Amino acid sequence: MPNAETAIQLDRVSRQYTMGGATIQAVNDVSLSIARNEFLALLGSSGSGKSTLLNLIAGLDRPTSGSITAQGQNLAELTSIELARYRCNTIGMIFQSFNLLPRMTLEENIELPLRLAEVAREERPGRVHEVLERVRLTHRLGHRPTELSGGEQQRVAIARALVNRPKILLADEPTGNLDSATGEAVLSLLRDVQRELGMTIVMVTHERPLAERYADRLAIMGDGKLLSASEITKEAAQ
Amino acid sequence: MKTRDLADLAFRNLREAILRNALTTLGVAVGVASLVAMMSLGVGLQELASKRLSQSGLFDTIFVTPKNNFRGIGRPQREVEADKPARTLDEDARQAIEKLPNVIEVYSQVRFFTEVRFNNKPFATVVAGMPDSSRNSGSFDGMQGNFFSSPTANEAILQIEFAKDLSEKPASLIGQDLVLRYAERQALPANDDSSSPSGGPSGGFSVVPKELRLKIVGIVETEPAAGYGGYGNARLLMPLSTASTLRAAQVNDLRDIVRDNTANKTTYPSLSVRAKSPSQVETLEASIKAMGFAAFSLLDASKSLRTFFSVFDLLLGIFGSLALAVATLGIVNTLVMAILERRREIGVLKALGAADSDVQQLFFVEAGVMGLFGGFLGVLFGWLLGRAITFGTNVYLKRQNLNPIELSSVPWWLVIAAIVFAILVSLAAGLYPASRAAKLNPVDALRYE
Ligand SMILES: Nc1ncnc2c1ncn2[C@@H]1O[C@H](COP(=O)(O)OP(=O)(O)O)[C@@H](O)[C@H]1O
Ligand SMILES: [Mg+2]
Repeated sequence: MPNAETAIQLDRVSRQYTMGGATIQAVNDVSLSIARNEFLALLGSSGSGKSTLLNLIAGLDRPTSGSITAQGQNLAELTSIELARYRCNTIGMIFQSFNLLPRMTLEENIELPLRLAEVAREERPGRVHEVLERVRLTHRLGHRPTELSGGEQQRVAIARALVNRPKILLADEPTGNLDSATGEAVLSLLRDVQRELGMTIVMVTHERPLAERYADRLAIMGDGKLLSASEITKEAAQ
Repeated sequence: MKTRDLADLAFRNLREAILRNALTTLGVAVGVASLVAMMSLGVGLQELASKRLSQSGLFDTIFVTPKNNFRGIGRPQREVEADKPARTLDEDARQAIEKLPNVIEVYSQVRFFTEVRFNNKPFATVVAGMPDSSRNSGSFDGMQGNFFSSPTANEAILQIEFAKDLSEKPASLIGQDLVLRYAERQALPANDDSSSPSGGPSGGFSVVPKELRLKIVGIVETEPAAGYGGYGNARLLMPLSTASTLRAAQVNDLRDIVRDNTANKTTYPSLSVRAKSPSQVETLEASIKAMGFAAFSLLDASKSLRTFFSVFDLLLGIFGSLALAVATLGIVNTLVMAILERRREIGVLKALGAADSDVQQLFFVEAGVMGLFGGFLGVLFGWLLGRAITFGTNVYLKRQNLNPIELSSVPWWLVIAAIVFAILVSLAAGLYPASRAAKLNPVDALRYE
């Protein structure tokens, strides 16, 4: 049962896709409890259902069966408008391909969640500046995403994800498009932010060594199922 | 999302794909332009026709005669007594008619055939008295020289054909004098020893030749006093008041005498009654008939004219709407293409917390903005097109030695209606793309490609 210390509670969550008669169990009967301020790494081979699970937690998709509770809200009970508001206020998301809007400047990209959350106009420049400072990119305010390196783009994406001060940050292979040094810098930034702001991070990744170095716990998926969820011992991290 | 943010984002998106959106907007503009040009032409032609017609006095004038004036001599009088007694068309009657609502003026037509001497040469012509109101009738627009300086001036305006008879250079006539020779009626004193006991019919009149010197002040190319009420076209025009004082013998005089039994009162063979507008002619005509006079107008002709223009406008509107329908498809196409292109963007927006309705409104506003700009541009283009058509027509008319006309008219209601119409049509065109964008599954849109 979820308690006050639980950020995300998954109970027998399944998501299946039917394509031309065939049924694919993308997520199959997953139960998992994620504590507040925990940094969970979700590992597994390609097609094992990691992204699908992340989208379910994000409220971008609904499970075929089972229930998801996040920050005390049972997602199944939310209407689609409430779900949008939940994504806006409770969730921050970053992606492997950054997903910055190429036609907007960094400032405009970061302002987007503020517009959606209907934050007062006067308050916005300060908020944008604050998160850009956190990712150390204030000097690139008026640039477009394509003028930045991959690592910088991902930092902007993190700033955009943080601007509405979410309680949960969901990252889908955030280092997948970055070289290892840059990837490591991004993860270290994520961990710093998590410690300073206090939030729950669920990060999907291929790279076990990185996950072991930065995450508190590893959850491993295979073929839609949760194979194991284990605390990372200091020895394993070494 | 707040309206202002929606508008911000919509403008942003439109600016980013500037070429395509500009072309789509241009498509709307062309559609609206053709609609506006067609409508303005329709409105312009209708205004032109009704202005000309109302100025001509043909459609706001009621021609009044005593009731039995229309009967042939020797027709039995019985029918007259059947309904209302026929009233004499005298000064009392004139004043009574003048008091009816919506009457501008009541005047007697003065028109007579006479001889004019110019440079000691005689010319025969028909003279007509023009009421002062004819100054604004449009017939005198573009005349050479001026209209009469006063309603009682001893001045003349010549019709160009007559002016050409007088001189090879008609323009040189202005400022010169001509002499009007006419026959004045002089009522003979009623004979006391007349056999009539009633004090009876006047003793008739004698005709005395008279002359009047008139100054030529202008030359018209139109026919301000075209054949109306059975007279021929007048070629020499003079102020009605001046003409009336001449007491020149008129065509109707003889008939007039036969039935005139109140010698001291002026009686009229006919009166022209001008209504404030053609729309009042019908009721006015009925009131005059109820007073016991015969009255007729050309209202029926104007009615069928209005019907013609309604149908004409409708046809023009349909053609214009077709162009706008094509433009609408352009908007649908542009927005649907934009959805395909902006799949990922829509997915990102939703991941960041945009509700379906936010996405829908965004596309909707984009369509509306294209409609707004298209509407404005279209009205401008349409107006220019109308001007161009008017200009072209006037170049042609000038070559034919005709006066220029205002062919197209863009009234305010047309401007506003066209813009509102363009926005509504664009929003309707945005409905389908917007709902498609809103329904886009963010998970699919965000899948890494
Ligand atoms: N929209 C979808 N329609 C059909 N099948 C899907 C869809 N999304 C994911 N899948 C399938 O579900 C499985 C899990 O996919 P995904 O969660 O993306 O895996 P991962 O992120 O672990 O690589 C895969 O087999 C994939 O093909
Ligand atoms: Mg994935």
